[in-house]
Formats: sequence, C-alpha cells, structure tokens
Amino acid sequence: MITELGHFALILAFLVACFQTVVPLVGAHYRWPGWMASAEPAATLQFLLTAGSFMALTWAFVISDFSLQLVVANSHSDKPMLYKITGTWGNHEGSMLLWVLIVTLFGAFAAWFGGNLPPTLKARVLAVQGSIGVAFFAFIIFTSNPFLRMDVPPFDGQDLNPLLQDPGLAFHPPFLYLGYVGLSMTFSFAVAALIEGRVDAAWGRWVRPYTLAAWVFLTLGIALGSWWAYYELGWGGFWFWDPVENASFMPWLIAAALLHSAIVVEKREALKSWTILLAIIAFGFSMIGAFITRSGVLTSVHAFATDPDRGMFLLMITAFFMLVGLTLFAARAQSMQAKGVFSLASRETGLVANNVILAVSAFVVFVGTIWPLVAEIFFDRKLSVGAPFFNFAFAPFMVALGLILPVGAMLPWKRASLKRTIKPLRTAFVLAIAVGGLAWAMQTGRSLLGPVGLFLGAWLVSGAVIDLWSRTGRGDNRLSRLLRLPRADWGKSVAHAGLGVTMAGVAGMMAWETEDIRVAQIGESFEVSGFTLTLDDVQQVPGPNYRSTMAEVSLERNGREIGTLYPEKRVYPVAAMPTTEAALDIGFLRDVYVVIGDPQANGGWAVRTYYKPLANWIWGGAILMSIGGTLSLTDRRYRVAAGNRRRTGAVEGVPAE
Amino acid sequence: MKRLILCLCLLAAPAFAVQPDEILDDPVMEERAREISSGLRCLVCRNESIDDSNAELARDMRLMVRERLVAGDSNREVVEYVVDRYGEYVLLTPLTGGSNMILWLAGPVMLLLGVGLGAVYIRRRSVTPEPVVDALSDAEQARLRKIMDE
Repeated sequence: MITELGHFALILAFLVACFQTVVPLVGAHYRWPGWMASAEPAATLQFLLTAGSFMALTWAFVISDFSLQLVVANSHSDKPMLYKITGTWGNHEGSMLLWVLIVTLFGAFAAWFGGNLPPTLKARVLAVQGSIGVAFFAFIIFTSNPFLRMDVPPFDGQDLNPLLQDPGLAFHPPFLYLGYVGLSMTFSFAVAALIEGRVDAAWGRWVRPYTLAAWVFLTLGIALGSWWAYYELGWGGFWFWDPVENASFMPWLIAAALLHSAIVVEKREALKSWTILLAIIAFGFSMIGAFITRSGVLTSVHAFATDPDRGMFLLMITAFFMLVGLTLFAARAQSMQAKGVFSLASRETGLVANNVILAVSAFVVFVGTIWPLVAEIFFDRKLSVGAPFFNFAFAPFMVALGLILPVGAMLPWKRASLKRTIKPLRTAFVLAIAVGGLAWAMQTGRSLLGPVGLFLGAWLVSGAVIDLWSRTGRGDNRLSRLLRLPRADWGKSVAHAGLGVTMAGVAGMMAWETEDIRVAQIGESFEVSGFTLTLDDVQQVPGPNYRSTMAEVSLERNGREIGTLYPEKRVYPVAAMPTTEAALDIGFLRDVYVVIGDPQANGGWAVRTYYKPLANWIWGGAILMSIGGTLSLTDRRYRVAAGNRRRTGAVEGVPAE
Repeated sequence: MKRLILCLCLLAAPAFAVQPDEILDDPVMEERAREISSGLRCLVCRNESIDDSNAELARDMRLMVRERLVAGDSNREVVEYVVDRYGEYVLLTPLTGGSNMILWLAGPVMLLLGVGLGAVYIRRRSVTPEPVVDALSDAEQARLRKIMDE
C-alpha cells in the first residue's frame, strides 16, 4: 500500500511540476500576480510529494519488501540496516528518484528563501526549475520506474553490490547529486535572467550561494568517491581519469570558475554574459555526467545499445535544455552590458585569468573524455585516452593556477599596483621556494613532481595566511580584528589553502610512494620504507553477510610498535563477489597501506604493502576547501539577503543606478 | 562509478594486480617492466593499466611484457610488440599522429583562444570610460560600506 502511495505521489509530483513550469511563466509574462505567486506553493508541494515518494521507496528497502523488483535486485534480508537504507540510491532507479528529489528540494529552497527576489524573476526561476523537474520525472516514470512490482515475490533478494556496502560509497552519491543538481539552480537563474533580459549585481548575489553550495557538495562527493577508491580497490589509487570520474570533475571545475565570475558580477557588474554562459554550461556538464554514467556510452563504446531508451532520453533532455539555454543566450547576451571598468592590474584581471584556466582545463578533460568516441565514429580508430594523457595535459593548468592564485587573491579591485600587492607575498614565495628546494634536495629520484607540488602547497597556504592577515589593517588589535573579519574572507583563505594542501598531497603521494609485493610466511617480518611489518596470523572470520579472510599484521618502526593492522579479503556469498579491504595506518605525513592476497602454494600469503607519503593531505585539502566554501556561504550578506530587508544586497560596492 | 564497480566486480578475481610470482629477479628489469605496463591498458577493463588490473588477461599481458624484456627487447620494442598484437587501443597515452593531433592540440589552442579573448576583454574594459553619472564618491562609498557592515 505504501508503495502504491509512493508511486501515486511521484505521478502527482510530475503533474505539479508541469503546472509549475507553465503557469508562473505565463503569469510573469503578463504580470499577473496570482499566477506568479502560484509557483511557491507548487514548489513546496512538489518537494513534499517527491519526498513522500522517496520515503515510500526507502521504507520498502527498510522492511525488505521483495514484491518490488528494485528491492529484489538490490537488497537482501541479511544486509545491515545502514546498507538497506543506502541501497535505496545504490541503483539506477532509486538514484534517479534521489536526483529529482534534490531538484525539487532546491526549487523549494528558492521558493522559501527567495523572499527578496523580484516577483517576475522568482516566478521564472521556479518555472525553469519546474521544467527540469518535468524532464526528470518523465524520465523516471517512463523509463526507470522504481515502483514496479514482481509477479511472484521471491523469498529473498539478490543483495546490493558488495562494493557499495561501504560507508564511503554509501554517502558518495547523495553529495554528488546535491552538487550536480545545485547547478540546475544556477541554470534556472541564468535562463530566468535571460528571459527577464536583466542581469545586475543583485542577480550575482542571488546566484552565488547556490553555486557555492553546489561546489561544496561536489567537492565532498568527489573526495568521498576518491577516498573510497583509495582504500577499497586494493592498491591505493585515488583518481583514475575514468570517464565517470571526469563526469563529476568537469562540473566541479566549471562550478569553481562560475563561483569566481559571479563575484565579479556581484561586486563590479562585469563578466555578466560570460557568467550566464558558464551557468548554462555548468548544468550542461552535470547532465552530460548523468548521461555518461547511465548510458554507458563511454564505458565501452559498444555498450551504447545496452540501454538505448534511457541513454537516448537523457541525451534528449540534455540537448533540449542546452539548446534552449544557448539560444536564449545568443538572443539576449548583447543586452547585458558590462558596467565596471578596470585596469590591467586588478582583481578583475586575476579572476578572468582564473576563469580562463579553469574553463580551458575543463575543456581539456572534456576532449580527452570523449575523444575515444569521436575517434571511433569519425576516424575509425579504436584508441584509449588514459591517465598519462590527462596527467600530462591537465597538470600544467593546475600549476599555472597555483602560481597566480595568491597574487590574484590579494589584488585590489579596479586598479591595483602589482608591485605593492606582491610585496607582502615575498615571504610566502621565499618560504615556498625553501620548502620545494628542501624536497628537491632530500629526494633520490630526480622527478620535479614532488618539489613542485610542495612548492605550490607552501605558496598557496602561506599566501592565504598573508592574505587574511593583511585584511586586519595596521596597528594594534590585529588579532581580534582577524577573528571579526567577514566569514567570506575566512572562507576564501581556507578554501585557497585547502587547494594548496590537496596539490601538495597529490604530488607528494605520486612522487614518493613506495611499494612492496611479496610472499610472507606466518610469523615472517619484512621491511618497507623504514617500517617493519610482521604477518602474525591469517584467520577466517564470519561477517554479517560475508566471509572474511583476515590477516593480522603488526607494524613497528625502529623497534617501537605502532599498531596492528587487519587487512581483509571478503567474499559475499549472495552476490558471489570478493572485495579487498585494505588496512591503513593513517598518519599526518604518511599512510602505511597493507593488503592481503592469496594463499600461496608453499604455505605463505601474498602481501602488498605501500608507503604513501602525504596521502591524507589530498582529502584533508578537499575538506578544507568545503569548509572554506561553507564559511563563505554563511557570510552575513547572504543571511541578510535571505531575510526581509529588501535588496540591501544591491547597494554595496555598486554605483547606484 | 557504477560501471567501474561493475567492471571491477566482474573481473576481480580473488587476486590483485602484480603477483609476487611475476616479479623479475633483476630489479632494473622489473622497474622497466612496471614502467611499460603502467602505460598499457587492460583490454577488458576501463581505463585501467595492466599494472593495476586484477583481470586474468592483464596478468597474461604483464607476463608477455616481462618475457619480451628478458628476451632482450628495448622498452620501445616491447610496446610495439604489444601494439602489433592488440592495436593502438592498448596505449593509455594516445599516439600523436594523424587525427589525434586534434586531441593533443585542443588544449593549447583553446588556451591561446581563451587568453586572447580574455586579453581583448580586459583591454576593452580598461579603456572604456566609466559611466560615472550618478555614482557615489569614494568617501560616500566608504561610509555606505561602514553602515552596511554594522
């Protein structure tokens, strides 16, 4: 019964979305207040209905209702409760429902907290958001309905993919979707502004929180996914330049560019049409991401036919929204006149450089991702574009970005003296050179990767500290002023420092990791990078829904015991799949990573050990970036903008009209 | 992600990448083998090198690379040998010749374009006179900001 209610709620939500797309749009055109205002209750209702539908599906997973096809295919009664719940979105249909739930959530947010938006703009934003809802509701209902029943319910399910039964991957999709779909909100704002024919500083301020939130969620989602890959796949890789990963990385890069260019719109009323274009493209990349992930077109070029309906449907949705968005853009972009004037040396120039680098690097990733498909269709060549290409083609952009970032971040708006800006940064530069030089001197191999990474890390972190400190002015009380700085300033510095930490982590780990593969007898000790490991024991241990082969490895350094590691190999009998569970000794400067392999003919066990320097900096930096974004999001001006004071935002830093 | 997982599941024999019995005795030779195999794609996986892959086929390819090395081939000859058998699909770094020039040049060309457009934009913004008609003076701006910040 609950299932049918959920199904019914989903269809009702679809109808409400249709209403929300048409009525407010017509109302905004003819300036009919009643029609425009109807968008708000519609957005709320649409969210409540979708939430109800999603809860009904979750409930079916919780009680293991095996009369539902989806539950049978993705659940099992022995599964721990956590994974029963997360199993709701651990499959195509359920994850689409989560996706559309987030679409409606963002729409409802705009309805609830958009009190200071002009009524026509608000109605149009909600109408566009409603139309995105319509497309995805239709996609779910007509091609991927999660509420289909079984004719004959079986006694038990086929279990969730064991790799998904892991905390890292269980929460990876919701964050990623919050990011992807957050960009739908910026798209709605962009299209609404194009229909309205007006982009001003206030628009920049309204759209920025959504961009920022989407970027923070994308950062967390990508970091969770990469962390999962690191500890789960058994050899400690954290990024594969896989099409599906690239699908999440491209929107991240574009969102990063967008949130910076929106600042220029907000503060200086320049870069308007570019920002609008970015907002459209960012959502386009989100949708391409959904298409790549779900159609399987790039997974294997030949897999396109595996699910032509879904793939085609998603491609049509993407094409439709991009076509509408870009056509509107072409028609209206001229009317967006830039107002702000600035000289060559200015914050604006720095942000233009930031946007060029981020947008072009996203383009490089895009070309590399789709090239195998293009080459096969147009040139009849079957080829691969793998990690070596991306590392080679993408890394220079990040080096360039890291080099200019601290300078650009400190340049004043409008007109600046480059000399005066660079002066306080000299300390940071010397420090960074020293750190890089030290790394260069200490390493044995002569790769530049490690030293350059550490140089950039030190340069970004110390640059961010100096930036923050320079905002406290002169004289006494600088420390107390530091704490009272706007949260946006703190957010900026923390996020920039986080980028530096991640860069140092990536470079350090790739440059200096060591690996040891061997057969170890029980009781045997061996050395890896100054650590002594002893394989103490290997045992069979039963788990809740798996069998585990668990090794006990003790870890020592210079005769001092550091800890005991328990790497596992698990077999999930229902799904008949093995997984490796690496054991990590996590440290600030390094991880020791142990994987247990197969028993060998001569009685020993294959053991793989990795020494991974700076591994945690990669995710630590990502966490810092998202903390920075969140700080910025809670800045006073947004809280004020969310309140009742009408359009206070439009005044600051922008000449009165 | 989902596809990656699927692939990994189908292929994850209860083993992992390079096995202890594959490793060559000569560390220099082994180093070369690792370098070569990290640039070769496992044919049945997606974008994974044979060095990282758990698949049975990847193991065969790793052994093939090592055999050729022991037989005295140079790194380049080993790669050519593998490409002759499996096609350019196995190369994780695409070749630079022919239509692939588009792939390799797309980034630099786009960068030049971006820098050019950016420069033109900045130049235009810096020479346009500011519409100062009824803007606030700097002092007024400062006062306004102070009021706003309170």
